[in-house]
Amino acid sequence: MQREEIFTTIKDLAVELLGVDAEKVNDEARFKEDLDADSLDIVEFVMGMEEKFDVELPESEVEGVATVGQAVDLVSSKVS
Amino acid sequence: MEEHNETKIALVTGGSRGIGRECVIELSAAGYQCAFSYSSDVDGANETIKLASEASDAGLSPLAIKSDVSSPESVDELFSEIENKLGIVSILVNNAGITRDTLLMRMKDEQFNDVIQTNLTGAFYTMRRASRNMMKNRWGRIINISSVNAYVGPVGQANYAAAKAGIIGMTKSVAREFASRNITANAIAPGVIETAMVGETPEEWRETMLSTIPLARFGQPNEIAHLVVFLASQNASYITGTVIPIDGGVGMGN
Repeated sequence: MQREEIFTTIKDLAVELLGVDAEKVNDEARFKEDLDADSLDIVEFVMGMEEKFDVELPESEVEGVATVGQAVDLVSSKVS
Repeated sequence: MEEHNETKIALVTGGSRGIGRECVIELSAAGYQCAFSYSSDVDGANETIKLASEASDAGLSPLAIKSDVSSPESVDELFSEIENKLGIVSILVNNAGITRDTLLMRMKDEQFNDVIQTNLTGAFYTMRRASRNMMKNRWGRIINISSVNAYVGPVGQANYAAAKAGIIGMTKSVAREFASRNITANAIAPGVIETAMVGETPEEWRETMLSTIPLARFGQPNEIAHLVVFLASQNASYITGTVIPIDGGVGMGN
């Protein structure tokens, strides 16, 4: 799966779950500060990514993820 | 009845008898579409269906599903079946429970573990499964049946008291975690309630218990169910993380 494809899916997920405008979702966007996500939003978002990409994202790996770009990179490393 | 009731679905675990059955009946009478799980008692489950259907003004019949709440797979199947047949569970009543009473020195590993697994871990499984859809809906009611035995610590119930005390701590954490999503979680701590479980106890024990109860009688299952109905309602929207005793005054609030 191409990085661009993963980004688009994650962007759609952010729009759906976090209720943000699509143009606010870019690689640099920080979940907490820029997209107003609280801890429950982030859990929901991670579970959403696991479902969409059929991957497992353990807590330890999710911890360091602060931006949309980092989330895309994490998923990219999981899908072949 | 409030206007929101009609579309809401309530799940009661352990609905084939006792407090669980009464919860299904009273929630049905209050206009909710109920589902309930039962572990093995088909006749009891059918009786609950009959009584709840009669109690429902709208003629709603509860959905009974054989399920083992101590198994996460079984809990997942329980919810999937309800979602397929009825819709999303908005009100979760964790009532299913077992006892394996014996003195600590004689308590076998499985007697301890079975009680924890069903009475405590089972509630964890159902809450985890229910919470995602409650979050999406931005509305949910979790009502966990604890017991005054969590405070009293009766002889022969180290396992049961541990599980019921665990329910209280877990309810408070859950209440805090989901508060921002308009999901409330509360626990009810019944005292001695006249169910089949209590009917099997020795006469002498019952007389001793009675002498400690200011209201001088045992509680009826529907006296628990009425609070469940209130906690499930919109009227209880500002109540979360609490433990409410219904014990005839034994603990005077504790």
